[in-house]
Amino acid sequence: MSEIFINGISCISPQETFNNSDFPAEWTDYSGDFLSCREPVYKDHINPTLARRLSRYIKMGVTTALTALKDAGTEMPEAIITGTGLGSTEDNEKILLAMHENQERMINPTHFIQSTHNTISSQIAIMLKCHHYNNTYVHRGFSFESALLDAMLLLREGRSRTALVGGVDALTEGHYINYERISRWRRNRSGSLKMITDQGKGVIPGEGSAHFVLSTDKTETSYASLKALKLVYKPAEPAALTDAASNLLKDGGLLPQDISLLLYGHNGDPEGDRWYQDFHQSLFCGTPSAYYKHLCGEYDTAGAFALWMASMIMRRGRVPSGIMTKEGAAGDIRHLLIYTHHRGDQHVLCLLSRV
Amino acid sequence: MPPKVFITGRGIFSSIGQGLSASLESLLAGRSGKGPIRILETLHREFPVAEVPYHDEELIRMNGLDPAGTYTRTFLIALPAVKEALESAGINKLDEARTGFISATTVGGMDKKENFYHIAAESQEWLKYIDTQDVAEHTERLADHFGFRDFVTTASTACSSGANAIMLGARMIRQGLLDRVVAGGNECLTRFHLNGFNSLMILDKEACKPFDQNRGGISLGEGAGYVVLESEAMLEKSGKKALCELSGYGNSCEAFHPTASSPDGIGAFLAMSQALEMAGLKPQDIDYINAHGTGTDSNDISEGTAIMRLFGEHVPPVSSTKPITGHTTSAAGSIEAIICSLALEHGLLLPNLNWKTPMTDLNFTPVERLEKKELRHVLSNSFGFGGNNTCLLLSKL
Repeated sequence: MSEIFINGISCISPQETFNNSDFPAEWTDYSGDFLSCREPVYKDHINPTLARRLSRYIKMGVTTALTALKDAGTEMPEAIITGTGLGSTEDNEKILLAMHENQERMINPTHFIQSTHNTISSQIAIMLKCHHYNNTYVHRGFSFESALLDAMLLLREGRSRTALVGGVDALTEGHYINYERISRWRRNRSGSLKMITDQGKGVIPGEGSAHFVLSTDKTETSYASLKALKLVYKPAEPAALTDAASNLLKDGGLLPQDISLLLYGHNGDPEGDRWYQDFHQSLFCGTPSAYYKHLCGEYDTAGAFALWMASMIMRRGRVPSGIMTKEGAAGDIRHLLIYTHHRGDQHVLCLLSRV
Repeated sequence: MPPKVFITGRGIFSSIGQGLSASLESLLAGRSGKGPIRILETLHREFPVAEVPYHDEELIRMNGLDPAGTYTRTFLIALPAVKEALESAGINKLDEARTGFISATTVGGMDKKENFYHIAAESQEWLKYIDTQDVAEHTERLADHFGFRDFVTTASTACSSGANAIMLGARMIRQGLLDRVVAGGNECLTRFHLNGFNSLMILDKEACKPFDQNRGGISLGEGAGYVVLESEAMLEKSGKKALCELSGYGNSCEAFHPTASSPDGIGAFLAMSQALEMAGLKPQDIDYINAHGTGTDSNDISEGTAIMRLFGEHVPPVSSTKPITGHTTSAAGSIEAIICSLALEHGLLLPNLNWKTPMTDLNFTPVERLEKKELRHVLSNSFGFGGNNTCLLLSKL
């Protein structure tokens, strides 16, 4: 089975992550009840006429896609696959409002054109004139990871040598208001950087877009080797995760003690965070661990931010400040395991190794 | 040689029938599910649609669900199709093999959201539906209803969604990640997409007539179709006889326009070519093409041109069954794959209803009447917005 490398990355997030070859000098602390992206000037990356037409989530997606390709030195990927949880919610909401206000007349076709969730993948293909494999997954906390899995399958099938994979979600006002009504969110009382320790029921939402160029070819700029990925749907108990992790390590010829660093998806909701504690105690007691969701907030494709963070850690060979459970504990990082879940329903394990 | 993947079960629920045998009867009789709008609440009564002829309350009752529950129409339409697929494959216990569930839709819970969204700030009723509005809700509801645990996800590529769900299932089986997969798509009619297609001016006020020179656009439909895919090893173990083989598939992107198809049909050509190449077949081996054939100006010329480019002077029988089922969008790929499996099983060339006038730019005309013919290999085309083109190749055993 051919090895898979991460050769290019790009990330727009609530942090200064875009076009940054290193970690930001410091993390931004948010005092509001949601985290919004620090967005680049899109016309630097997308034709301004086109950029005016595109919704925010498409601009975020297209921009990270193009810059990840540039980062990898890849002109034409042999597959484009996107995962998005919210998809085209922004355009859908505009259509619904217009439909109501104008009694089902005068719907703006541009919004409908952008209303199918595959718009990001297809817009990237149009810009690159890329006729290769193209797909989109929309499944809550599995959205990005389904796209990643699809890409790994393609590369192992030998049908593609390079795949552009992304996870994109943009928070909309309508989405925030709707889920506020069913108490999905919690107030940000002490600043977003303290999200994990200042616990409470509910989550603080965020958003982001990250793209990755995967390839079967190792290059001088490869970030990491993507060893394994496992999606676990609604596990009955924490043991299901430790079993999955043990099998995943065993398949890679590794033992729990070979893992140098764990990257966990804590978000400060004690009910959800318990999964990580159980997982850590049963398999990885004493292994250094880090968090990431206090930097990007909680959203369906937050796993893409985790993979960006993990890729950067592997490439730089160091862990940035402000993410370790206990500061300064990580040493030489050879193997990194991401464990993150969304709402306790979609659990993901992802193993990276140093190249 | 990668291991083979077979179709061992099918479930369908649409305007032409509740279940496989009723659907086959409608296909044999050339009976269309289309008619005036009866169920969908909309001001646009001018378009014929192919509706599942039951209100949500009736579907809740037919499915034996708790009337107090909150269900999207998407879920209510998909449930009987998944149930039939499992039953027809003789699967009683999901945990006896690694079983995945891959569903597909585009509108998801939009049927409820569109009733509440404008009054979202006030409505108490809406509270119950807020967490059902996304695309994946129906997938998880179905997974939990039936007990799928080993792999669950949702593909969403507009009108090729159902075909892409099936393709992913087959690929996971081939790589040994799963033993069997229930995969397919579904879509319920919504005001949202009826208005959306209308804003693009691609809905036909008459019943749609694909591949006709005077075609006037799409007739929308709703429904669900799911297939059971199993590995060769699973069949050897159980001794079960498969219905047909999923011998190839192709996925390609037009990379041309967000909604219109390219004039040269490059995406369609590549998707069909890849499917053939994968199965090691030549164009002359194909006995029938179930076309995407939506009846829009842009699709039919694009798809027709791609077919001519691939098959030259020897275009096999082609038809679009959308005049019968309506364009069921995200379900089209899986419903039409099931129709193709019926065509293989019963040796049928299905008619392209409503067709009268040949298209001047094409060298072929579609199948006009139901014909009996022994079929070996058939293609099923599904193309979506954004140029997401997928082709499935089904072969007789």
